[in-house]
This record gives sequence, structure tokens and C-alpha cells, in this order.
Amino acid sequence: MSVLNELEKASLSPSAGETSPESHPMDNFMRMDRMPHIWCPTCGIGVSVNCFAKALEKCQVPLDELAVVSGIGCTGRVAGYVKVDSFHTTHGRAIPFATGLKLGNPKLKVVVFSGDGDLVAIGGNHFLNAARRNIDLTVICINNFNYAMTGGQLAPTTPEGSILTTSPFGSYEEPFNLPFLAESAGAVYVARWTSLHIYNQTNAMVEAIKKPGFTFIEILAPCPTIYERQQKFGDGLDRLRWYCDNSDIRNGASTKDVDIRLNEKIVVGKFVDIERPTYLQSMNAHYTEKLGDRYKPYEG
Amino acid sequence: MKADPKGVLTGSHYIDGDFACCEGALAAGCRFAAGYPITPSTEVVERFARRAPLIEGALFIQMEDELAASIALQGAVWAGKKAMTVTSGPGFSLMMEHIGLAAMTETPCVFVNVQRGGPSTGLPTLPGQADMMQARWGSHGDYEIIALCPNSPQESFDMTIDAFNLSEQYRVPVMFMMDESVGHMMERVVIPPADRIEITPRRFTKLPPGEYLPFKPGADMVPDMFKAGDGHRLHVTGLTHDFRGYPNMSPETQEQLVHRLVNKIRLNAPKIWRYEEIDVEDADVVVLAYGITSRLAIDAVALARKEGIKVGMLRLIVVWPFPERRIEELAAQGKALVMAELNYGQVFFEVDRCARGKAPVLLAGHGGGAVHRVEDIAEKIVEAYRCRS
Repeated sequence: MSVLNELEKASLSPSAGETSPESHPMDNFMRMDRMPHIWCPTCGIGVSVNCFAKALEKCQVPLDELAVVSGIGCTGRVAGYVKVDSFHTTHGRAIPFATGLKLGNPKLKVVVFSGDGDLVAIGGNHFLNAARRNIDLTVICINNFNYAMTGGQLAPTTPEGSILTTSPFGSYEEPFNLPFLAESAGAVYVARWTSLHIYNQTNAMVEAIKKPGFTFIEILAPCPTIYERQQKFGDGLDRLRWYCDNSDIRNGASTKDVDIRLNEKIVVGKFVDIERPTYLQSMNAHYTEKLGDRYKPYEG
Repeated sequence: MKADPKGVLTGSHYIDGDFACCEGALAAGCRFAAGYPITPSTEVVERFARRAPLIEGALFIQMEDELAASIALQGAVWAGKKAMTVTSGPGFSLMMEHIGLAAMTETPCVFVNVQRGGPSTGLPTLPGQADMMQARWGSHGDYEIIALCPNSPQESFDMTIDAFNLSEQYRVPVMFMMDESVGHMMERVVIPPADRIEITPRRFTKLPPGEYLPFKPGADMVPDMFKAGDGHRLHVTGLTHDFRGYPNMSPETQEQLVHRLVNKIRLNAPKIWRYEEIDVEDADVVVLAYGITSRLAIDAVALARKEGIKVGMLRLIVVWPFPERRIEELAAQGKALVMAELNYGQVFFEVDRCARGKAPVLLAGHGGGAVHRVEDIAEKIVEAYRCRS
């Protein structure tokens, strides 16, 4: 099935028809009193928030038991718009905050929604260690290849050759390959999709939210105002068209082969889906073995 | 309310200030500690790591760095736990941004800093008291915190409980400012039965979802709290926010919020101030000190008294907010003041400010790495006595 067909199918999905003049299908999920949001037209972040809402609907997570944690940046603003318990923390530290929140109350479903700069540059150490510990978190990383909120600077994900305000003659740094990074640090679920792949993206979110452990989804998203404009890639829609022509869906691909080069085909898909005990499962099993009856399994 | 007996190790113990701090935290109801190893504070979390598995609902996690530790505890607080982190000099520097976050989001929590010699890596195993201003102003922006300085392992136990109680009452990060000497000093610590330990519970809102505004203050300028999973579905942000917790970039919202963050401590300060006075009434000279230095200063007072100088001591127990009014009174009475601390002038400048030129204020400073020599403080007492008008 072509991705454009998917796009069409999504627009015809049943929930799209439920809109009445008095209500909006997003009313229960979004803080409508905070609209309009700050994201630019054709930015990919809103697409992912929409997919996230659909994913929550699909997996029937009670919204009272869900918390969204964000760091700083354009994607960092997601927490402020979703009508669940939400925490807009400091730059790079969404994951350790989420770690405390999850361990403080393991009954909560905790989702980290943040950008590439936030999660893997300033927050890189936390990303690695939370994946290593297999903390039960779903991390959704919107990768727009630059620091957009601050006006378009070089990010750790910027493809080599990209022109940005702090790489005015083109970037000469090797970017991170996020799926490879996540897998090698210990993530139990790793997928990458683009803003075009709304079905796959939504399904990945469903799978990741349902799966215990550190689950990671990278979403490649257009940044029409800065990244696409600076690279003369056109606007967000042009970029979606480019994704359509240049996305190579390869489920199960080896993550070391999925690095991103400027103007080259992008490999998307579900790359990792393995089983591994979560941090709390390991802790409870270990203490039960070592301490016997003296230990009451930790439940928050 | 009374302490939960599960965390209270009632009895008489011979332990150091670090261990006593851990026991104080557990007695206060702390059930989440996030730490990163750093001398001379590590023993606090080492003990917590050993104790937690045997206390239902308690968890310790060693984080990847102090940045992580100082925000993981805030996640746990918003999940409903009482929580702390523990560090020293360089780690404390790394935690500054999250002290600001806790102040801004009014997250009740305790930061323990077992002070060592600095700056930078300084003297990892030796005492200092040079983080006092950092504790107060270290994060950017305008806010107030509370800081306590114990001078013995017993106080380390007792006052860690106070630190948690104050943090809950005012919804503010509380700095528990030990020093290496108190942290590593072994003394008898008596832990009372749980029903003799008073605990301040979290001020959870009684309002139902929809009616409750998470950052609307009560009469004491402090808002009631919620926790994630309660059904309120609310937002917490480090951005300037309105009563709903929504970001708002207007100067009016900033004014309303920051004014309150500062004044909920400043206007409540007389209720928070705590100091101990010894022989101050008839004194011509008053020595001020806190933490380990107060134990040298008291010997210096005795020495100077022997030489016929009427000298007393004021020991700061809560250092921030600073007991301005009492210092003003002492200075107005013409008493010369000597500030003894393990730095070259931090709390000293506050004393000097509050004296308003009405009395001489001398610093008995020290670079850290050791405690003061009693004679050095005594010499300053003599000098202060001589320069009285």
C-alpha cells in the first residue's frame, strides 16, 4: 500500500466524521483553551500529537492514568497542550523527571515527548541510561534535524552538509543514528517513521505504549520555517512528498544501516521489538531472591 | 500527623551525621532518594540504598549524574512521594537549574549538601561552608529557599525532619546544608518513637478536578497541591505560569508569580527563623556561627569570657531566610559582631548589612579544609571588643 493511500484513508477514518459544531474530536484530549498552538503551519509536531491521541484511543489507556513529560524546544511544548497530567521540565531532563514519576507511581503510564536536541544532545546521557535500565517509558522523539525554537542551529541529528545558523557553510559533523543509539543502549522497541506515515506512526505508538520497558519512536518531521527553508527543500508539504518518494520501509532492518544522509533515501520501519525485564521487574525479582520474605515487592 | 513507624529506627545509635540525615529523612516519610556518588555525602545514600528495600514503598535509585538525580526526585514528588537528593560541592553546582525548577513549580523536596572545600573539585574529603550563597541564589532568576545548618549528628537527624516539614508547608525546595565535619562526625543519636515525631503531610487539594486551580495560593501564599494520576489532568511548567499552570508570557503574570515565590518565604520568615542564643543578654560582643563552626565558636566564647570579655553567641540554625530583625537589634544595642564561617565572607555580608553601620562587624574567615582554631576566633572577639565605639 502506498503511503499516500494511507494518508487518504486516515482522513476518512471514523473519528473524522464525529465532529459537530459544538465539539471537536480532540476536545477530550487537548487543552482547547490553549489553542491556537505555537507550531508553524505544516510542522510535523502537530501530526504526531494527533497520532498520539489516536494511539491512546486505540489502546484504551485511561487518560487519568497517563502522564506526558516534555523537555524544552518546539516538541517540548507538547506537554502543555495535551489534557493529561503533563510536565514541561528543563532542557534535556524530561527522561530523568519521567523516571522519577514512573518509579514514584508505577501505575502511571508515562510518555516522554521531546525533540532531538533535547533528548540526545543535552539529554543524551539520560537517554542512554534510561534505555540501559529499561525504565518503563515510551519516548517519542520528533526529529526535525535542528534546534528550531532558538532559530535553527546545528543539532546532533543534522545531516552532514545542512546549512543552519551555526553551520553557515554546511555541517561537517557526523550525526547520530538514533535507532542504532537506542538499540545499543538497550531499548526494547525501536521504530522510525516520518510525518507522512501517520498510520505506521500511530500503530508504533500503540505498540510502544503497550510494551513494558524503554520504547523509542523517532519521527522525522518537517520544519518548514527553518530546516526545510534553509536547505531549499520547499515547505512542509513538499517535504512530505519527498518523504513519500524517498522512504524505504524496511521492518527489521539492522539499525546500524539506517543512518540519515542529506538527499539520500531514508530507511523507516520497526527495527527492534525484544523482551527484557524492566527496571522495576529486575529490582523486585532481585530483592525477592536476596531478601526473601523481608522484601515486599515495590508497587509505588 | 505522626511519623510512619516503618521508617523510624527508634533507639540510641552511634552514627555519623550522614547516616543520621538518612534516618531523619526516612522518619520524615521520605520514600524516594535519587543520588549520585560524591564525597563526603555518599554515606547518606549508601544507607538509604541499604534501608529502602526493607521499608515498604521506599526506593533508591542511583542516577547517571546530579542533573538527573535532582530532577528524578521531582518526578517522584509529583507522583506523590516525599523525596530527596544528596550531594556535595561540584554536584551541588550541577543541581542549580533544578533547584530553580523546584522553586518555580513549588515542588516540595529536600536537597542535602554536605559541604566540602571548594571552589571546583577543591577538597573532597575536608570541610567547607562556602556554598551558603550558592544555596540561596545559585539558580538563575528570583526566588527564595529555606536553608538549615545542623551542628551535630543528632541535629542532622532532627533537622532533616524539619527540612521535609518546611518543604511541605511552604512548597519550597529546602537546602540541608551540612558540612563534612558534621557529616562524618560520629556521636550518639537518639531516635524517638514514631508517635513522638511530628510530620507535615502534603497539602493535597480537597477540591475536585475542574474546580481546583493548581497555582492559586491560599491565605499563606502557598497553593495546595495535586499529584499525577489523581484525575486532575493538569499542567506543571518551569515557564512563567498562571493559576491554571498554563504558560503566560506577560509581565503581569510574571509579577504575580515571582512576587509570591519570593514573599511566601519573606513574609513567613518570622515563623521560619531559628537560632540559639547563649549569654547574649549582657554581651559586648556576639559571635555568630552555624554548622560545625559553632562548636569552635562556643569554645572561643568561653576563652574570651575567661579573659574578662563579655561575649555571647548566636548560632544560626535556619540560615535562610536570614533572621535580619535579630541582627538589627543586636547591632542597635551596640554589641560588636563577629561572624565565624568556613569561607571568606558569605553570611558575613548579611550580618554586616543588617548591622546598618550601628556596630562593628568582623569576619573570622577560613578557606576551609579544617575547622577554625579556637584562638583565631577568640582573637577576633578581642579585636571586635576593642573596636566598639
